[in-house]
Amino acid sequence: MKIEGLVQESWNAVKILAALTILLGFAYPLAVTLAARTWFPAKATGSLIVVGSRVQGSALIGQDFKNPKYFWGRPSATSPYPYDAEASGASNLGPNNPALWDAVKARVAALRAADPTQSGLIPADLATASASGLDPDISPEAARYQVARVAKARELTQSQVAALIKTHTAGPLLGLWGRPRVNVLELNLALDALAKRAR
Amino acid sequence: MNREYIAIAAYMLVILALAKPLGAYVAGVYEGQTPFLERLLGPVERLFYRLCGIDPKREMGWKRYAVAVLLFNVAGFFLLYALERLQGRLPLNPQHFPSVPADLALNTAVSFMTNTNWQAYSGENTLSYLTQMAGLGVQNFVSAASGLAVMAALIRSLVRRESPTIGNFWADLWRGTLYILLPLSSILALALISQGVVQNFKPYVQAAWLDHSAATAAVPTQIIPMGPAASQIAIKQLGTNGGGFFGANSAYPFENPTPLSDFLEMLSILLLPAALCHAFGSMVKDTRQGWALLAAMTLLFLPLMILAVHSETAGNPALTRLGVSAAAGNMEGKEVRFGAADSALWAAATTATSNGSVNSSHDSFMPLGGLATLFLMQLGEVAYGGVGCGLYGLLMFVFVAVFVAGLMIGRTPEYLGKKIQIFEMQMATIVILVMPLIVLLSTAVAVVTAAGRAGAFNPGPHGFSEILYAFTSQGNNNGSAFGGINADTTFYNVLGSLCMLLGRFWMKIPVLAAAGSLARKKASPPSAGTLPTYTPLFVLLLVGVVVIVGALSFAPVLALGPIAEHVMASGSLVR
Repeated sequence: MKIEGLVQESWNAVKILAALTILLGFAYPLAVTLAARTWFPAKATGSLIVVGSRVQGSALIGQDFKNPKYFWGRPSATSPYPYDAEASGASNLGPNNPALWDAVKARVAALRAADPTQSGLIPADLATASASGLDPDISPEAARYQVARVAKARELTQSQVAALIKTHTAGPLLGLWGRPRVNVLELNLALDALAKRAR
Repeated sequence: MNREYIAIAAYMLVILALAKPLGAYVAGVYEGQTPFLERLLGPVERLFYRLCGIDPKREMGWKRYAVAVLLFNVAGFFLLYALERLQGRLPLNPQHFPSVPADLALNTAVSFMTNTNWQAYSGENTLSYLTQMAGLGVQNFVSAASGLAVMAALIRSLVRRESPTIGNFWADLWRGTLYILLPLSSILALALISQGVVQNFKPYVQAAWLDHSAATAAVPTQIIPMGPAASQIAIKQLGTNGGGFFGANSAYPFENPTPLSDFLEMLSILLLPAALCHAFGSMVKDTRQGWALLAAMTLLFLPLMILAVHSETAGNPALTRLGVSAAAGNMEGKEVRFGAADSALWAAATTATSNGSVNSSHDSFMPLGGLATLFLMQLGEVAYGGVGCGLYGLLMFVFVAVFVAGLMIGRTPEYLGKKIQIFEMQMATIVILVMPLIVLLSTAVAVVTAAGRAGAFNPGPHGFSEILYAFTSQGNNNGSAFGGINADTTFYNVLGSLCMLLGRFWMKIPVLAAAGSLARKKASPPSAGTLPTYTPLFVLLLVGVVVIVGALSFAPVLALGPIAEHVMASGSLVR
């Protein structure tokens, strides 16, 4: 291949990259954004939960719950603080790393201390950190594990709280893919509403 | 337990069912036939040729084709590097991110140009919307389209008789982008948005914490990232790219919010690589050849995928001893909406291809689950492999397999009527052996240097697995990681970039050289002594060659990493 060929193909590469950048880097994302705005305006902007004029969070992003009157979500490994949506990530602790065992031990102890009436094994998702650090869900087992504590702190009956879990449980896709799950932020908002009505 | 395996079987069936129609369509695109989108997109295609002054009918020899591939990738690299370095002064940067530091920008530009999409960066706190869409997004498309083009050129070389040329790279690049990747991505992007994947140009949103005890003076609100994510995630999955819009990649709820979005993304990972087998069969006018390759890939994939699923759903015995239920499996580093089984299935799919997107933390997998992901990459990512590169990688193994068979039966090795001779074998050997060389040498360098060892996060053999995984991933252009490794250091950024470049181009160029040589050959009609390459016997021979090469190269290092960890962990349970 001669030098003219090289020059010609270099020039072609630059022109074609420019054309492709306009099409794929600008036209395509803009077209998708316009379609999203038309058909799925709420979903495309983060599935935000707005209470009055205040953004109370996103239905898809978990929040940190510490108060016993709320259901607690997954432990979060984001840094510098839990559920930092700008610094998503997992603990990346290996399954046989003593640091993981220590962290799990501490979580198990905290859960046991928060509700000494519960015996038996703790659902795995309550004792382990999620992949994103922002997991919005817990398993129905993990929610049921917390019913007694939440009901007591709220002065509600356990059946009232358990019924709330039932209505907030989403199933797997076609019963096959994914796992049953309860959205913690939405469950806690419903709990607040229920407590307000009860008062 | 059974429910999970039914879900996996259904997933595999959907992939295999889609392989035929999509493969036939892809074959048409590269044979220059007018596909059914022609009426809509034909004018765009012709306008592009006119604007850029390209004659799509002008054929290229393999050298010119290879030069065009390289030049185009170099141009793409410089554009992406410039965008990263200048983003602080460019528009579409609502969070006012500063420009990316030089070594990280280098690593990221190489990473996306080579279809690796290794993430030393974390999107939501480093990259502006402009860098994401005009930089990363474009490379997501064109690196996949380049892989497809090289594959199409290699297939043509098997079909053509005594031809000095193998096609026109610019036309292949453009047609692959316009007729295959763009339509599929548009559909997938909209489907993902319907599930909650974000797509906007808004600044990040401040949300109130519901539990006031979470709010402190330093973090009065939760900052929720935004951005044009869906359009990029669609091509990231379809083009086996895998670089996330957000740091946690497909575990981030805005990238992958529901089981349905998870299924669609997982489907997109294997969709094209599997369909390309049928495209191959269709282009060589013998669909049995394509099915044989697909069968070989599936045979390689299934046992390792099942190993991963089995090991993750069984849970972590060390945690059970601490009072944690094992019923949901090993949930450290996994999301509740996916669960252990689908996370492990995804992990297998993403390492079997050169995708590398993750919906769980591979670093927290059980030792044998981690082993499955490592070994799937170390087989050379030929089952099912990256878009284009998986198929041309497997075809190199096919040459070796027919050569081995030829030696056994004493006949000149042939594939599809073309003699496989010294030159093709040399090229196939380079392609197959260069990857283990890069991976093992880099791992060795990292292990003996302080800068390399400093990257390991977990103690013991698991830390070694992290280093091995990092170079396996980059040498194979995968992009996933044992995420604990501290990869954003000058040592890992530079050595990793080198691995990605060698892993990509040291394979593409020999593949094109082999294509050039094959295209020039005559074809001999099959005779009674010809080895049929579509029989179950040949499929097994091919699988054997892939497994033996992979096992011989990597069994020793795997013994030092995941196998040592597994044995140590089981030992401590006995005590």
